Amino acid sequence: MDIRSQISMVFHLDKCIGCHTCSIACKNIWTDRKGTEYMWWNNVETKPGTGYPTQWENQDKYQGGWKHDGGGLKLKSTGKGKIIANIFHNPHQPTMDDYYEPWTYKYEDLFNAPEGTDQPTARPISMVTGEFIQVEAGPNWDDDLGGSEVYAQNDPNLEGLSEEQKQQLSAIERLVFFYFPRICNHCLNPACVASCPSGALYKRGEDGIVLIDQNRCRGWRSCIAACPYKKTYYNWQTGKSEKCILCFPRLESGQAPACFHSCVGRIRYLGVLLYDADMIDEMASKPENELVDAQRDMIKDPFDPKIIEAARANGIHDSVIKSAQKSPVYKYVKEWGIALPPHAEYRTMPMLFYVPPMLPVMSSFDGETVKTLAEGIFPDFDKARIPMKFLANLLSAGNENHVRYALRKEMAIRHYRRALTVGDIEMDAALKLLTEADCTPEQADAIYDLTSLCTFEDRFVIPPAHREEAIQMTRDPLEHKQSVGFGLREEPKRGA
Amino acid sequence: MNNVALFDYLNLFLYAVLPYVTLVVFFLVSIQRYIGHGFTYTSLSSQFLENKVHFWALVPFHYGILIILGGHLIGFLIPGQLLVWNSSPLRLYVLEITGLIGGVFTMVGLVNIVLRRLTSVKAQMVTTIADWIVLSVLIFQVGTGIYTAVFHSWGSYWFATSMSPYLWSIVTLSPDISFVTPLPYMVKMHILGAFAVIFLFPFTRLVHVLVVPNPYLWRKPQMVRWYYDRKRIRTTEFETPKH
Ligand code: HEM
Ligand code: SF4
Repeated sequence: MDIRSQISMVFHLDKCIGCHTCSIACKNIWTDRKGTEYMWWNNVETKPGTGYPTQWENQDKYQGGWKHDGGGLKLKSTGKGKIIANIFHNPHQPTMDDYYEPWTYKYEDLFNAPEGTDQPTARPISMVTGEFIQVEAGPNWDDDLGGSEVYAQNDPNLEGLSEEQKQQLSAIERLVFFYFPRICNHCLNPACVASCPSGALYKRGEDGIVLIDQNRCRGWRSCIAACPYKKTYYNWQTGKSEKCILCFPRLESGQAPACFHSCVGRIRYLGVLLYDADMIDEMASKPENELVDAQRDMIKDPFDPKIIEAARANGIHDSVIKSAQKSPVYKYVKEWGIALPPHAEYRTMPMLFYVPPMLPVMSSFDGETVKTLAEGIFPDFDKARIPMKFLANLLSAGNENHVRYALRKEMAIRHYRRALTVGDIEMDAALKLLTEADCTPEQADAIYDLTSLCTFEDRFVIPPAHREEAIQMTRDPLEHKQSVGFGLREEPKRGA
Repeated sequence: MNNVALFDYLNLFLYAVLPYVTLVVFFLVSIQRYIGHGFTYTSLSSQFLENKVHFWALVPFHYGILIILGGHLIGFLIPGQLLVWNSSPLRLYVLEITGLIGGVFTMVGLVNIVLRRLTSVKAQMVTTIADWIVLSVLIFQVGTGIYTAVFHSWGSYWFATSMSPYLWSIVTLSPDISFVTPLPYMVKMHILGAFAVIFLFPFTRLVHVLVVPNPYLWRKPQMVRWYYDRKRIRTTEFETPKH
């Protein structure tokens, strides 16, 4: 047993309102530099949709992530042999066209235009070349199903849906969509790290944050192709790759990452999970429909004395173990089982989990009354607008049981709360639903509290970083007095 | 001073002094740059900005130049074995033709690299004067190389008998320019071009060759870095006092 701690995340999709505030917070802090304009370490997609970069989930095209065949776990296209053969030109690397060409507007024309009969306009100019461009796509071009024939209908998650289901999804009176905010998943088995020829990518031992060492990165770009979520980006100006750093400077000082902090819908949760690193290989090699369970198995109970002992022996501080015991992520993922890893079939073991959206619209309005589509009070998810298969493709490696389990529980809690507060539902019936959904009234209350009434401290249980101790214990700070401070500094300037 | 003496001095400078100047600059500046500006050691890839001509430029160029450099290295390191290999005409032809193909690949790649940088507006955004200097010198170098291979055959034979001893005389700090002075004009140009390329290394993007992946082949897939000595700090004896 090799117990490690990992800062993990839950995004509650039912609460996301698609406002992009998270993306803007991130952009303003981290990616407003030259060469990074096109990067959105945090982005929000509309599902169904093709996302950013376009069709990132299409691994026939991008060949990211791991595959498991007879010979064990292998990187799909970024194994050692292939990386060396393709180092001069990577056939699976997305290019700027797959994202979009960033642009701004020539605002000075608004002020300098000579007097005339037309309104002056600010034409778009490329932030790469500075020339006028015709804007053809952007990172959220398919927001709210805009251009759905081009975007929504080409969502890779539609695979395995019947023709009828696909057609219904684009029928105007049955349209359905939800938002899918994404950041780097800070995976347990990151493909990006494994693929890097320079060993520039690494996981921080203390909290599992995945980073790219900017001084070690040599621009071989293998991580870009390797990450199946397309969450490493190439800075075309510095010639280095960059990615979401989970705002580690903020975390180390006890603040939530910017996207979490700014989230208007308060959909984001963050906390420590303890997991057994010895199990990674075995669990990442399981058959596809067992992957979600396998990943849950790796996450260990922070109250179990044996786990606590193993964690201590591994150098995990008591305060971090305590933090793991309070972790909202542990509750959603392990205790309640309603948060699911996106695309577990990529086998990177993402540590960002999603509570599936209950968006199935299950009632209709006939002009006078609202009718529930399902017979009886319990909703029939198969009549929901969004096919279960679609959600399962996205959130549980195609295994519909996990999605159903989560949705049933969420729905039962709604009934239970309604019985409590409105009273137009029999409590007995509500309790029966809860039992059927594998939920107790206590659990229902806890889920309700953490979902609806959560405070800042409930949502973000940030473990102390103990960096102060790390420096003091390994090096004598007095020794470094009046010398170089926190290490050599170099401006991140492009070389010749 | 008569012309002959002047040429003697010039030869001495070009083939006995210049190589050392080049090597000293190469090592000192590369190391200094690595320590002081390690951030700038990257391939500066531009595939992200232009991906249509990219394959036809970078791939033939690199495979070509690596074959060629490999050939030069063999001639330098094991000239004896090279002569033995070449004793059969068929094997000599195979070697010469491989080399020539490598050279042509390199040249095709270089021409495409230049065209790519001239035609793609986005690629121009990351094209510097240094890039043009490097590309010009490389074209000169590959051009003189191909010329030599075609018109001064058989290179793989005489490289072993005159270039290799010359290079060894440099390495062993007893430069003997008598090996090079009788060589044809184009071959001399090629030698000087080589010094130019080595000289340019530490000042340009060519530094990427010095940091090609190495521990990669041996290391485990996952990398973890710890900020503190886990065993030493986090055991209970160092634990922070409980309140
Ligand atoms: C095994 C060794 C080498 C590796 C792994 C390597 C890798 C690379 C890579 C990844 C690029 C960036 C390509 C892009 O734009 O995407 C590059 C560019 C370049 N390499 Fe190499 N290289 C190697 C050896 C060499 C050698 C020996 C030379 C010449 C002496 C060389 C000269 C160049 C030049 C001139 C460019 C820039 C091309 C341009 O202007 O676009 N490389 N190399
Ligand atoms: S999401 Fe991608 S970039 Fe982030 S850790 Fe996983 S493989 Fe690496």
